[in-house]
Amino acid sequence: MSDAPMNEGRPPRANLSVPHADALDKAADVEGRSLWQDAFRRLQANRAAMISAIVLIVMAFVCFVGPVLVPWSYEEIDWDILEAAPPNFDTGHYLGTDSLGRDLLARILQGGQVSFLVGILATSVALVIGVTVGATAGFMGGRVDQVLMRFVDVMYAVPLMFFIIILMVVFGRNFYLMFLAIGFVEWLTMSRIVRGQTLTLKNKEFIEAARASGGSTISIIARHIIPNVLGVVIVYVTLTIPQVILLESFLSFLGLGVQPPMTSWGALIAEGAQEMEITPRTLVLPAVCLSTTLFCFNFLGDGLRDALDPKDR
Amino acid sequence: MWAYFTRRLFIAIPTLWVVITVAFFLMRLAPGGPFDQEAPLPPEIMANLKAAYGLDQPLWWQYVNYLGNLLQGDFGPSFKYKDFSVTELIGQGFPVSIQNGAAALFLAVLVGIPLGAMAALRQNSGADHAAMTVAMTGIVIPNFVVGPLLALVFGIWLRETMFALPVAGWNNGALPNRILPVICLALPFIAYIARITRASLIETLRTNYVRTARAKGLPFRMVVLRHAFKSAMIPVVTYLGPATVFLLTGSMVIETIFGLPGIGRYFVQGALNRDYTLVMGVTILAASLVIFLNLLVDMAYAWLDPKVRYE
Repeated sequence: MSDAPMNEGRPPRANLSVPHADALDKAADVEGRSLWQDAFRRLQANRAAMISAIVLIVMAFVCFVGPVLVPWSYEEIDWDILEAAPPNFDTGHYLGTDSLGRDLLARILQGGQVSFLVGILATSVALVIGVTVGATAGFMGGRVDQVLMRFVDVMYAVPLMFFIIILMVVFGRNFYLMFLAIGFVEWLTMSRIVRGQTLTLKNKEFIEAARASGGSTISIIARHIIPNVLGVVIVYVTLTIPQVILLESFLSFLGLGVQPPMTSWGALIAEGAQEMEITPRTLVLPAVCLSTTLFCFNFLGDGLRDALDPKDR
Repeated sequence: MWAYFTRRLFIAIPTLWVVITVAFFLMRLAPGGPFDQEAPLPPEIMANLKAAYGLDQPLWWQYVNYLGNLLQGDFGPSFKYKDFSVTELIGQGFPVSIQNGAAALFLAVLVGIPLGAMAALRQNSGADHAAMTVAMTGIVIPNFVVGPLLALVFGIWLRETMFALPVAGWNNGALPNRILPVICLALPFIAYIARITRASLIETLRTNYVRTARAKGLPFRMVVLRHAFKSAMIPVVTYLGPATVFLLTGSMVIETIFGLPGIGRYFVQGALNRDYTLVMGVTILAASLVIFLNLLVDMAYAWLDPKVRYE
């Protein structure tokens, strides 16, 4: 598609007497393909990754828009039922109710919102800290690098899950704190990856050129280093999101995540596990949603890695 | 090399100190205390209780005291389990957790490495795709889903058959009681180890020295076992370091689901009950374990890869 001539609206060139002028003319008109366009094309060719991306978009959309269309809200108790009832279209419980008579569909959608929000926000926290620390350490080198990377080493040796649990207990399972706490745990690997990339970049000529033309350290990091490590970062972000979602579900499963009546997929799984011998549906449905999401993010991440890192092609 | 590892051991001490300090003060920031009940205790009794546990002292003094006792190997008394010291509780719980963890890790290596190697040797075949799909499934279905499902199948649906397995309790470590928790704990490891083994073996098989070995006429079997395998194991060994952390958190879930008296469950219960000393004790134990195992992994690394030199 890209080799279609793009010269509409341009005056026709004078017919030169060079034999292959036509061919030359065409070659000049071939639009250059950037690294990103190339990567996107490779990604499009990867069917599993594309399907995963579409499934994820649909799921996120349904989770955030769906509750408007469901007749029940996630915290409303249907006083006529008060037990785990099977799906019933007359009462508007399309997937039935949980053991307290709350609409299961509404709760799954609300749980999905929490999972997606945690995934994106906590990963953003990790992204900002990780990229800043990694790029600074790699670019500045010397003592700054030493101090930052020793700190990362020390943090690696700390069983951080234990600290998240302590934090959640201390601050009363605050919703926003959970994003922060998870983000603070996940930035370590990100910073190491970015540092490694920065180290290879910083001796390249274009950085030297930027420095020679008077760019300050901060502007070189922001304008030249960060855009160039973006590919690797995007891949890692896509693979971090499912880890974060899993972490949140894990906390909620232990009763340390979001607080009732709010819910998340992990909390729903914990509730469902209590009554699975009577209504396996309450365990299986949220579990399927969670696993599908994790599956898709992992496939998308693998696909992006193949697309952005053409080494193995 | 020994100088390097000695230095690593010395770095471990400040790391542990940071862990202890942060955990100590975080716990004390928490609203509520270990003696809160629904019906509040009379103030005199509360004061006596606090005095008995040293909680009436200024915080910095409690901290100094705690560190002092810790140096003598004393983790202090548990606040919730009366008449038990934290050392005793950990002494009871740790063997349970470590046995499960070791068994799970062993199972994961035993299944994961052959699975990954098989996939690598038949790259892009049906068997490869099947193995990797199974591995991905093991990663995306968390063990807090697998646990209840296994309990449902083996505890309820199959309860009348010969396949019935106990789904809760430790029963002094009877073998049937261990089967489901260990499988459940091992599944994600099997998946990760299989994926890592596959990727690394594929890469190793493309290296020049493997090509040389084949060119001089060695049978393929020998090439894989003698030449490729050892260096292909490096990423797997590296993964075992983070895996221990994973194992610790995994045991929190598994022990909660299957009602096992291990340290993971003690930690979750302790955090919910504000049992300061118990939470501290388990955290310190976990941190020491992680530091120690990372060190072991680095040593294994030096042995597997002659290019690695520590100064």
